[in-house]
Amino acid sequence: MPQQIKAIVITGNGTNCEMEMAHACRLAGFDEVDIVHISELLCGTKRLDDYHFLNLPGGFLDGDDLGSAKAGANRILHAAVAGSEELLFDQFARFIAAGKLILGVCNGFQLLVKLGMLHGLDGIYDRQTATLTFNDSGRFEDRWVHLRANAASPCIFTRGLQGIYLPVRHGEGKFIPRDAGILQRLHRQNLIALQYSDGEYREATMDYPGNPNGAVDAVAGICNETGRIFGLMPHPEAYHHRTNHPRWTREELPEEGMGLALFRNAAVFLRSESL
Amino acid sequence: MPVKPADGFIAELSPLPFIRASVMYTRHSESLRLKEAAREKEMAHRIEIGFREGVRDALGEKIKKRINNDLRIPADSVKTIEIYTIDSDLGPSDLDAAACGPLSDPVIQETAIDCGIARGFDWLIEVGFRPGVTDNVGKTACEAIALLTGKPTRVYTSRQYVICGSLTRADAERIASELLANDLIQHYDIFDGKTWDTAAGIKPYVPRVLGENCPRTEEIDLNVPDAELIRISQERVLALTLDEMRILRDYLKNDAVLARRKKAGLGAAMTDAELECIAQTWSEHCKHKIFNARITYEGEGDTREIDSLFSSCIKKATREIRERMGAGDWCLSVFVDNAGIIRFNDGWNLVFKVETHNSPSALDPYGGALTGIVGVNRDPFGCGKGAKLIFNTDVFCFAPPDYDAPLPKRILHPRRIFEGVREGVEHGGNKSGIPTVNGCIVFDKRYLGKPLVYCGTGGIMPSRIAGVPTHTKEILPGDLIVMTGGRIGKDGIHGATFSSEELHEGSPVTAVQIGDPITQKKMTDFLLIARDRGLYRAITDNGAGGLSSSVGETACLSGGCELDLKNAPLKYPGLNPWEILISESQERMTLAVDPAKRDEFLELARKMDVEATVVGRYTDSGLFHVRYGDQTVALIEMCFLHDGLPQMNLRAVWTLPCHPEPDFSEPSDLGAALKAMLSRLNICSKESVVRQYDHEVQGGSVVKPLTGAVNDGPSDAAVLRPLLDSFEGIVVANGLCPRYSDIDAYHMAACAIDEAVRNAVAVGAPLDRLAGLDNFCWCDPVQSEKTPDGEYKLAQLVRANEALYDLTTAYGVPCISGKDSMKNDYQIAGVRISIPPTLLFSTLGKMEDVRKAVTMDVKRPGDLVYILGKTYRELGGSEWYALNDAIGNGVPKVNAAAAKTLYEKLHRAMMAGLVASCHDCSDGGLGVALAETAFAGEWGLAVDLKAVPAEGIERNDELLFSESQSRFIATIRPEAQQAFEAALAGCTFARIGKVIPEGVLRIECLGGQKIIEESLASLKAAWQKPLAY
Repeated sequence: MPQQIKAIVITGNGTNCEMEMAHACRLAGFDEVDIVHISELLCGTKRLDDYHFLNLPGGFLDGDDLGSAKAGANRILHAAVAGSEELLFDQFARFIAAGKLILGVCNGFQLLVKLGMLHGLDGIYDRQTATLTFNDSGRFEDRWVHLRANAASPCIFTRGLQGIYLPVRHGEGKFIPRDAGILQRLHRQNLIALQYSDGEYREATMDYPGNPNGAVDAVAGICNETGRIFGLMPHPEAYHHRTNHPRWTREELPEEGMGLALFRNAAVFLRSESL
Repeated sequence: MPVKPADGFIAELSPLPFIRASVMYTRHSESLRLKEAAREKEMAHRIEIGFREGVRDALGEKIKKRINNDLRIPADSVKTIEIYTIDSDLGPSDLDAAACGPLSDPVIQETAIDCGIARGFDWLIEVGFRPGVTDNVGKTACEAIALLTGKPTRVYTSRQYVICGSLTRADAERIASELLANDLIQHYDIFDGKTWDTAAGIKPYVPRVLGENCPRTEEIDLNVPDAELIRISQERVLALTLDEMRILRDYLKNDAVLARRKKAGLGAAMTDAELECIAQTWSEHCKHKIFNARITYEGEGDTREIDSLFSSCIKKATREIRERMGAGDWCLSVFVDNAGIIRFNDGWNLVFKVETHNSPSALDPYGGALTGIVGVNRDPFGCGKGAKLIFNTDVFCFAPPDYDAPLPKRILHPRRIFEGVREGVEHGGNKSGIPTVNGCIVFDKRYLGKPLVYCGTGGIMPSRIAGVPTHTKEILPGDLIVMTGGRIGKDGIHGATFSSEELHEGSPVTAVQIGDPITQKKMTDFLLIARDRGLYRAITDNGAGGLSSSVGETACLSGGCELDLKNAPLKYPGLNPWEILISESQERMTLAVDPAKRDEFLELARKMDVEATVVGRYTDSGLFHVRYGDQTVALIEMCFLHDGLPQMNLRAVWTLPCHPEPDFSEPSDLGAALKAMLSRLNICSKESVVRQYDHEVQGGSVVKPLTGAVNDGPSDAAVLRPLLDSFEGIVVANGLCPRYSDIDAYHMAACAIDEAVRNAVAVGAPLDRLAGLDNFCWCDPVQSEKTPDGEYKLAQLVRANEALYDLTTAYGVPCISGKDSMKNDYQIAGVRISIPPTLLFSTLGKMEDVRKAVTMDVKRPGDLVYILGKTYRELGGSEWYALNDAIGNGVPKVNAAAAKTLYEKLHRAMMAGLVASCHDCSDGGLGVALAETAFAGEWGLAVDLKAVPAEGIERNDELLFSESQSRFIATIRPEAQQAFEAALAGCTFARIGKVIPEGVLRIECLGGQKIIEESLASLKAAWQKPLAY
């Protein structure tokens, strides 16, 4: 009997991609997919422990008013779960320790980075070692980009991918590591799972608009050392069907959108694990 | 039944002193003014956040570019510093935790507490909000710090711009006043780098509103001479006419009315709350007095009477179309609710509304437009049982950004309006998670006085919830009136009446406000859950007129209401009852809640961190009864409030204007002419704006605003899938062509409707599943001393409405909702600027299968190029004439019967998969459409103008740039030629060329001598250049 796999998609306080994120999880084969308002976690009526795959979708947590996802990160770090002794962060830590999967997209990626949860270098999950900040253009932009996958990355989500074409829709997507040492480690450990690239997914690019935000070393998505936590600025859930592709009326495309591959990889992985 | 005060009421207010004013009228500007807290507050602290050395400051760079380019001031560099002024006594460790925690990014930023961070600059400008202005960042910071420290606090934000460069203080002043700060809502301070002391920094400035805790209600004696009545109306921004003031005066002479008032403790004078409430309800903005007027129309040697344009043109057309549809009628709720509702499929309904927010955007483009978009969001949201919002569509009309004449008083530069509006809509739309699926921008110098900011929003709702239809509203006596979302402040007071006037010297600053998309998103997240659990009976939004309108209108459903303003949650103390009643503070919905559901509703709100307060109950008393605690402050008969306003009588006189016919010969270089046309502001690419709007959130995007080989061609309309597990889709399109109203507003309206319809048809919408929305923006059409040509402008309005009737009935496209804004004029110091009469027509269509949608880009070499529709010598009001400084008289005219047949047949051909690309011909005509089709698809075209079906045209420039309506350029696979031509049999169309592998547009001209040959790259460059980032 294969493992029953459950996905949770967190929403509330300005998150806005929860519908398509849940849709992508369903198409990828998750047995249960719940869109859960963060107030349900804080009230204790829902718990992360009951799920295997945590989705942090795009949006504008608290309007990104203090910098992208900053106020959202503050909430997860400091808000208590009603009727218990724990903070919401404790549930996140337990989820990670259990080896479950986390995917943060756009604002969800920003949230992971601002929490410090993503890098998880040396097993520390609450210290920020990099950031995502204002695009070099100073503008929010919606445009499709090519992303080169790193075949050597431990990332569960990008397994088997050579490259992927997805939309970015952000004003604060420029990846900056704290220092050269961090960047070296990310490279050395192949934690940079996706980079903005040329149209053939061969070379990472620093040229606008292929690299839409000026991200250092064209970083578009990174994972932690276990490959089970992954964040990326582009939106895989926005390309779930060929009609999402900007040129579907002029190109022969497979029925399924490329973005679903990330969710399928998550489902396949979780089915094979007993968590 | 006394209403219990809600939890969390923020201030204890003293009992209501009821002032029996002995003077007939007291100026209220004193109480209106927001008082500032002392500049230096002992307990306040400043946290400053700046970028670390070497980190790029993208915002600073953007500002520098605008200082250099827009103001032509040579700043060398600009850096930004965010300031949080903490108005509470947090200790050093808490301040440090806040600064290094939620307020800053440790990787790229540095912080300073109670000292400056800026150093080594020439000028420093700090911009902060005035007291009472919505400060979204401050609110978020406040919540974050409370969560972090467990201590309540108030936070106000400001921003520093640290400038290097050899600038004078006058330069710094200009940068502050003309670019960085809007004096209406912000204040600024300028510091000279030469005398700056970093250690000392800047002392905290706390823009807290200091309210007087003594709410007052005045009585205004209306039993006074006419001149006094006029003065009262003007000074209070009531926008009521003398006739209307007299009706109020007479109302208070009725014995039954007086007796009822006496019982409630009111006298024979009107309270300010009553007067303000009636002024809102009777405003042009809310009541559409002009559209409902009886009009005597004279023109073309004929005089006729029109009893309400709204009834006799718009509603009548929809009624007739629905009758024709019979059992297949898919309209569900038209003209009665906040938005129109149509059927999508058996399980779902679509909702659509377009609004304008012109006047506020003129004063504060960012806040005005932001409020416009989040405001129109609440219309579909507050329609029926409430709809989930699925798309925005925005249309802006501005004066050209390169305007270089002196600016009249109180007018902001068009470039500033453009960027402010663009950014306001960006923040409002993107942060709400609603895709901006399409839109357009039109430029005309007459939009200098008032820009037009049309914001439209669509929604989707299940057709039934728990077996009950969702498109109707019911309220029972006894239901509680519950207000949710934001709190009430002085912002937005007099919005409804202010927009019912021209922009003048005394236009109230409080009418300007800033929206808060996240508070609204939290509220809509909550209300959709409450809706699905059946926790409320009815919903409506608080827009113009605030509670007075939302409760006043919904109370018609039960037959009355009793409202207690003392329960209403306020942003700060010090509001008088009338202000609470009519404040247009944003992000609020009003609900009717069954008392049995009250606790469950309020508990869910509390859990989801949304404010919800019981503020009264609906009754069947026939009275609009408003109390403040125990004191009655307004008691108005519902029937008087809603039906007490007599119909206006107006006269319209039409004379066809006669413009000189242009006298220029065909240019020898038609390629250069084409490029000049592509560079026209009204034709060129709007990509720089489009890209800054999220057009694909929610995952259902099918035809995006930009399309083609490299995703940058201009789509005709949007297609999206609102339900991700279905291929049924919706089509959204717009049409407007204000230039044609210089000749005849009838044809302006007809062409706008045709454009909206043909844009929808071009991507695959079926004509018989298209609904329309009309949105009239006019210049004052009421004859008066200041509007001596009011009768002509009213005749233009009549003619536009008649066109609307003619075209919508001919196409069978019913209007389901609409809006009008009638006073788009500017009048200060003898300068009057009036907009050209502008109708925005928007269409919403249903597509059975989005996989059959067609885009405008040419697909592959070898395909055949067709023109569909006939070209006439119709260049009056065209872009080609405008380029040659002429208007002319030959305005495009719609042949609706021929167009309808074409649209139906083209649709069938598309659904049969016969059409590779389809692009409508609009501004710039055939020439522009060919160029766009080609460069979007990156394949060339070889076209012969001699093959174009035309009438009365002998010149190439006229054939290329005539703006005849109902035309398309389509490309067809060679193997589909026969089937396509058979499908279009009976329509005017012709094969005019083919798609070629070379990257050129090659056009053989009339007479066979001349050839236009231009590279696609050069055409595209001409098209992209004017509004590039």
